[in-house]
Amino acid sequence: MRTAPPWPARAAERFTGPAVLLILIAGALVVPQLTDRRDTITLLFLVFLYIALAQSWNLLAGYAGQINLGHAAFFGVGALVTRDLWTKEDVPFAAAFLAGGGAAVLFALAVGIPTFRLRGIYFAIGTLAMAEALRITVSNLRPQVTALPAQALATYDLEPRYYLALGLAVCTVLVAFILPRTRLSLGILAVREDEEAAEASGVNALAHKLAALVLSSFFAGLAGGTFAFYHVSYYPDRPFFPIWTFDAVLATFIGGVGTLAGPIVGATFFIVVRDRLAVEVQEVHQAIFGLLFILVVLMLPGGLVEAWSRARRLLRRTR
Amino acid sequence: MNLEPIFQNLVYGLFVGGLYGMAAVGLSLVFGVLKVLNVSHGELLMLGGYVSFTLFDAYGVDPFLSIAIAAPLLFLVGLGLHGGLFRWVMRLHEEAKIKNSLLIGFGLALVLENLALRVWTADERAITTGYSGEGVTLAGIVFPYTRMSGLVVAFMAVMLLHLFLTRTYAGRAIRATSEDWEAASLMGINVQRTYVVAFAIGTALAGVAGTLVSLGYTIAPSIGLAWTLKALVVVVLAGLGSIFGAFAAGILLGEAEATSIYVFGASYREVVGLVLFIIVLLLRPQGLFGRRVR
Repeated sequence: MRTAPPWPARAAERFTGPAVLLILIAGALVVPQLTDRRDTITLLFLVFLYIALAQSWNLLAGYAGQINLGHAAFFGVGALVTRDLWTKEDVPFAAAFLAGGGAAVLFALAVGIPTFRLRGIYFAIGTLAMAEALRITVSNLRPQVTALPAQALATYDLEPRYYLALGLAVCTVLVAFILPRTRLSLGILAVREDEEAAEASGVNALAHKLAALVLSSFFAGLAGGTFAFYHVSYYPDRPFFPIWTFDAVLATFIGGVGTLAGPIVGATFFIVVRDRLAVEVQEVHQAIFGLLFILVVLMLPGGLVEAWSRARRLLRRTR
Repeated sequence: MNLEPIFQNLVYGLFVGGLYGMAAVGLSLVFGVLKVLNVSHGELLMLGGYVSFTLFDAYGVDPFLSIAIAAPLLFLVGLGLHGGLFRWVMRLHEEAKIKNSLLIGFGLALVLENLALRVWTADERAITTGYSGEGVTLAGIVFPYTRMSGLVVAFMAVMLLHLFLTRTYAGRAIRATSEDWEAASLMGINVQRTYVVAFAIGTALAGVAGTLVSLGYTIAPSIGLAWTLKALVVVVLAGLGSIFGAFAAGILLGEAEATSIYVFGASYREVVGLVLFIIVLLLRPQGLFGRRVR
């Protein structure tokens, strides 16, 4: 059990996190004004997209304790609906974007009600199977590549993509910040700790798991919509690939699952390190990344966030 | 109505199903005994396939003979992987164990796939022997030699595993540990050593399955996840701790996929298997051949 530090330290601690975040957001807002380098903007775009994706996974896995290995399905549904409405039906992007998030929620509810009967590892395998079934179906139904229409291509600009991803990342983190401060979260956390005990104390476990699922799938769907907005052309089954789930899982665990900062730190670390490795060692970068990840899991079971707080406690003790 | 194609399809379903069963048996053993989920099982299978492919390609070793090399080699790989990685999660409590083993499996899958990509390139490989494509025809239905032998080898491997688990001390120790490791430990069984042996055997079985995959199917660095998923589906369909059950469930899945081709078309074969799996999971969580625990 961690004992509470004396009051002044605690108050300072309470505000450093949000303060650091606000400074980071302010910095991110002005980056496109400071630089024209497309690689920097693209890298940051990916960081934001992965923060949103990882944090959305964390909402269900970290807070409600449900290891969902079918997250790519929500990402994919969001991408598919947004892309189709936007490029084929000429719906304004903002509406198509929200519709993508909504479609992901509807899909999540449809599969969530039956699959939440499964516990633990069976839930993980069941959701993985569900997502794979959907991926194969989509690749059968939509084998043709989707490309932006000529007009959208002519006016393609990286900046709105950057700000969309930034805004989405901020919103997702905000929800993850507010959620533990609500009454709803008490039930969700109770379900995570012990489902039977929660049920026995009058918590409707299914309803609370579904609430976490709705939030998780909504932001995953919006992340998919951001993907659909960003890419000029791709095969429609690509956002359904299991790699989107695995990347979100890896990023969240590297940072620290069940914490607010974990997915932020993890996603940033994930994208930046992967990018550096791809430049430095090129061919074997995935292998080195895999090894690095295994080391984090074995050495720092709580992720980077826990390693940081442990290091800080150590410092405090020596002082 | 011409029934020949239907029966031909069922025969192929049997062969494919035997392979599914073979891929699942190793995973089932590891999951049942160590209570860890090794999601890099498909990558280990891929590795076994490449061992056989390389032996055939470079030295002309018959793939059925190369099983005698691939299985011990993968056994050693299993020893290394357990000692270097999975051993460290064994002392965690159940939930953290499954979660961490899942994550290590992800990392390992990434490493193995990438290394295979460097060593063997992304090309799809398959072994074509002198007798590939030949077979016997009975009542208009073809039984290719390679696939028939594949099924026989798979069945023999499962038989051997069964005999090992029921007739030897080490095998009984494995079964005792899978039922209750604390009780087994109190009875003087070296539980840690049992874990190592079970994991290495599971890896060796993946290697055998890989050899069979390289015969008549294709081996590529990226096939791992698909086979892991197949094996997972079969393991859950069968229910835990049932070796023959896993084999039978594999054949059932193969037949279900083969039959579904007639109804939904070949491109939905995999989807039918996965949907079937989800339905079984929901209606009979203990699996088709498993016993209810609680």
